[in-house]
Amino acid sequence: MKSRFLALFSIAGALSAQILSAQVTFERLLHPEKEPQNWLTYSGSYDSQRHTALREITPANVKNLELQWVFQQRSLEKFEATPLVVDGIMYTTQAPSDVVALDATTGRIFWTWAANVSANSRTCCGKVNRGVAILGDMVYVGTIDGRLVALDAKTGKPVWKVEVAKAEAGYSLMHAPLIVKDKVIMGVAGGEYGIRGFIAAYDAKTGKEAWKFYTIPEPGGKNGNTWAGDSWKHGGASIWVTGSYDPELNLTYWGVGNPGPDWNGDKRAGDNLYSDSVVALNPDTGELKWYYQFTPHDDFDFDSVQVPVLANMDWQGQQRKVMLWGNRNGFFYVLDRTTGQYLLGKPFAKVTWATGLDERGRPMRQANMEPTPEGTLIYPGNLGATNWYSPSYSPETGLFYLSVWDNYYSVYGKTEGEYVEGRLFMGGAPRNVVPLLMQPAPTLARKEEEGYGALRAIDPKTGERKWEFKMTDVTDAGILTTATGLVFSGGRDGNFYALDAKTGALLWKIYLGGPVASGPMSFAVNGRQFIAVNAGTSMYVFAVKQ
Amino acid sequence: MEHMFAKRFFLPLLAAGALLAQHGYTQADVEAGGRLYRTNCSSCHGPNGDLQPGVDLGHGKFRRANSDEEVASIIMKGIPGTGMPPGNFPESQALTIVAYLRSMAASANVTVTAGDPARGKEIFEGKGQCLNCHRVRASGSRVGPDLTDIGTLRRPADLQRSLVDPDAEVLAQNRYYRVLTKDGQTVTGRLLNEDTFSVQMLDTKENLRSFKIADLREHAFMAKSPMPSYKDRLTAAEMSDVIGYLTSLKGF
Repeated sequence: MKSRFLALFSIAGALSAQILSAQVTFERLLHPEKEPQNWLTYSGSYDSQRHTALREITPANVKNLELQWVFQQRSLEKFEATPLVVDGIMYTTQAPSDVVALDATTGRIFWTWAANVSANSRTCCGKVNRGVAILGDMVYVGTIDGRLVALDAKTGKPVWKVEVAKAEAGYSLMHAPLIVKDKVIMGVAGGEYGIRGFIAAYDAKTGKEAWKFYTIPEPGGKNGNTWAGDSWKHGGASIWVTGSYDPELNLTYWGVGNPGPDWNGDKRAGDNLYSDSVVALNPDTGELKWYYQFTPHDDFDFDSVQVPVLANMDWQGQQRKVMLWGNRNGFFYVLDRTTGQYLLGKPFAKVTWATGLDERGRPMRQANMEPTPEGTLIYPGNLGATNWYSPSYSPETGLFYLSVWDNYYSVYGKTEGEYVEGRLFMGGAPRNVVPLLMQPAPTLARKEEEGYGALRAIDPKTGERKWEFKMTDVTDAGILTTATGLVFSGGRDGNFYALDAKTGALLWKIYLGGPVASGPMSFAVNGRQFIAVNAGTSMYVFAVKQ
Repeated sequence: MEHMFAKRFFLPLLAAGALLAQHGYTQADVEAGGRLYRTNCSSCHGPNGDLQPGVDLGHGKFRRANSDEEVASIIMKGIPGTGMPPGNFPESQALTIVAYLRSMAASANVTVTAGDPARGKEIFEGKGQCLNCHRVRASGSRVGPDLTDIGTLRRPADLQRSLVDPDAEVLAQNRYYRVLTKDGQTVTGRLLNEDTFSVQMLDTKENLRSFKIADLREHAFMAKSPMPSYKDRLTAAEMSDVIGYLTSLKGF
C-alpha cells in the first residue's frame, strides 16, 4: 500500500515541472510567431491580423482540403466563436456561454462547462458568444448573463467568477476576453438597452477588479459635455468585439458601440463620446491615452466594434505604427496608433449619409440624411457596410481584407421612447426594403443594386480596392489570410472558400449548409495544418487529404 | 403505518444488506439511486437529506409517505404548494432513489463525528498529503476527484468509508483508466470520454490526452482505486478532523 502511495506522490511531484512548461504565459501570448501551430488569442495575435504563418496549405494543394471532423454546437443560436488551440487542445464556446475543450485532431470532447445562464439575460440580436481567452492554466469566458468566469483549463471547473454587470438591466458579455499581462479585460454589450458601457480589467488569478473605464464620461469629466442632459446615463456605447494590444506602446485598443437610443438622437445632442470611437487605454490602469471618433452623434446604429487591426508599414516614406479600420459606417480608415492621428479615410461601399471626411477625418454629414418618423432611405443600411466580422491583414501582400455589404440600404425610421430598465431603448426601427435572409433558402431575391456581399482587398496606403470577390448574398464571415498567399472566408449563403490573396481568384470552395458567421482560424498538430470555421450551428475542420 | 414502525424498530438490528434484500433492491440499485440523488436532490436536500427544515430523508421517516411506492410517487410528482418540484423520472428510477434513501437510513446508525475543519485542513494539506492527488478550488492535483464541493455531495459516513476503504464506492466519473500503447507506453488517469475509435483522458501528469484505439494494445478500467486507505495513517481524531474539513467544502 505504501509503495503505491509513494509512487503516485512522486509522479505528482515530478510532473509539476512539466505542467509549468505547458502553461500559457503572457510571454507566449506576446510571441505567437514562435508557435504558429497554436492560436492563443481571439484574433490569433495581439495585432489582430488574423494571419497564420503555417505553410502546409498552399494555393497548389488547397483543392485537396477535406473535412476532418465536425463539432455540433448544442444550440440553435448563431455560432460566432473563434476557437483557441493550445498544444493540440481546442477551446471554444457554444451559445449562449458554455465552454468546450476538444481534441483538436478528432473533435472529441474532453470537458464541457455549462454556463446555465439566467433567464433574465437579454440581448437585441442573439444570445451568442465569440470565444474564450487563456492564461496560465485558466480559460476565461464572459457569459450572456453578465458573469466573467475563470475555468481550470484541464478540467473545466470554475476557479472564480465575478458579476461584471446586471443582466436584468440589459448588460451582457459576448466577446472573447483579452488578456494583457496579469489582467483579463472585458467589456459589456447592451447598446440597445440603454446601458452605460464600460471596459473593465480583472486580476487573472482572483477576479478582483483592477480598473474600470466608462465609455461614456460623467457630465463633469473630460468630454462629459458631449451628451445633453441626463442622456449619458443610458447612452449605450457597448463593447462586444475583442480589442487589440500593442506591447511596445503598452496600449490596448477597443472599438466602441453605438450611442442610444440608436435612431433618435434628439435628446442626446452633442458628439456622444466615446460612442462609435476607438479608445486607446493603458492596460495597467485603464487610463485613456487617446480616442478617435468615427461617427460623431450617430443616429444610424453604426457601432465601431470592429477588430482594430494593427500593422507597421512604410507610410509616405516614414515607418509608422498604424491601425487599419473598415468601419460599419462605410469608410475605411488608417490611423496612427501611437497618437490616434487620422492619416487616411475613404468609402469602401456606397455611402449617402455623409459626403466625405474632412481633413481631420470627421464625416461631413449630408443634409436631410437622417432618420425621420416617416423613414429615410440611407446607405449603408442598418447592419452596416461591414460589421463585427474580423478583417485580416497580410504582411506578405500588404493588403487589408474586409467583408463588405455594398449597395445595401435601409429606411431609417424614428420614434419616441422613454428609458425603462431592461427594455429595448432604440428610438425607432430601420426597415429593409428587400428582406435579408438569415439562413440559406431558395428565395434569394435581391438584385445587385439591392445589396450584395463581397470580400474586398484594400491597399491601406491608398484606400483603393485591389480586387473583390462578389457573393450573391451578404456575408457575416471573418477572414483568415495565410503566409502562403491564401484568403479564407465565406458568406451567409453557406459557402466557405479559399481565394488567391493577390488576385482574388477562387481556388477552392465547399458548401457547408449554414451561414458562416465567424472568423476562420488555423492551427497545426504534429505538423499537420488544419483550418477551422463555423457555419450554421457547427464547426468544420479541414486539412489536406493524406 | 405498521410497516413503518416495524422498519424503524428493527433498523438498528439489521445489516444494510439484509434490509436491501427485504425490499428487493440490489447494490447496483442503491448506487444508481445515489447518483440520481446527488445530481437531482442533494442541492436542496443536502447530502444527509436533512437540509430542508422539517424534512429528514436520511432516517427512513417520511411525513407524507409510508411505502416505497408512495415515496417514489412524491419524487415523480412533487408536492404541490411546496418547493418540492416534480422530478422527471420513470418509476423504476424513482425507486432506485428510494433504495438509496433506505440505504442512507440503514447506515444512519453509523455515528461519524465531523471534527474541527481547521485542524482537518492542516492534516489534509500536510500529513495526509491529500493535495498530491485531490484538488480544492485552485490548489492541488487534478488527478483525483476534485473535492471543492464534496461537502454538498457526501455525508460524513460516506467520507469515512472512502478514507478507510477507497474501493468501496468509486463514482463512475472518477474511475481510473489505463491504456497501453502499441509502442509500449502505459498511461493511466481519469477517463473523460470515449467512442468506438478513441479514448480521452486526463493522465496522471495532468495532461489532456486523446488516443486512437487502433494505436492501443490494451485499454481498460483499473480494478483498484489508486487512493490508499487512511485507516492506519491517521488517528481516529485526525480522521474525524479531516471529515470535518471535507464536509465544510461547499463549493464557492
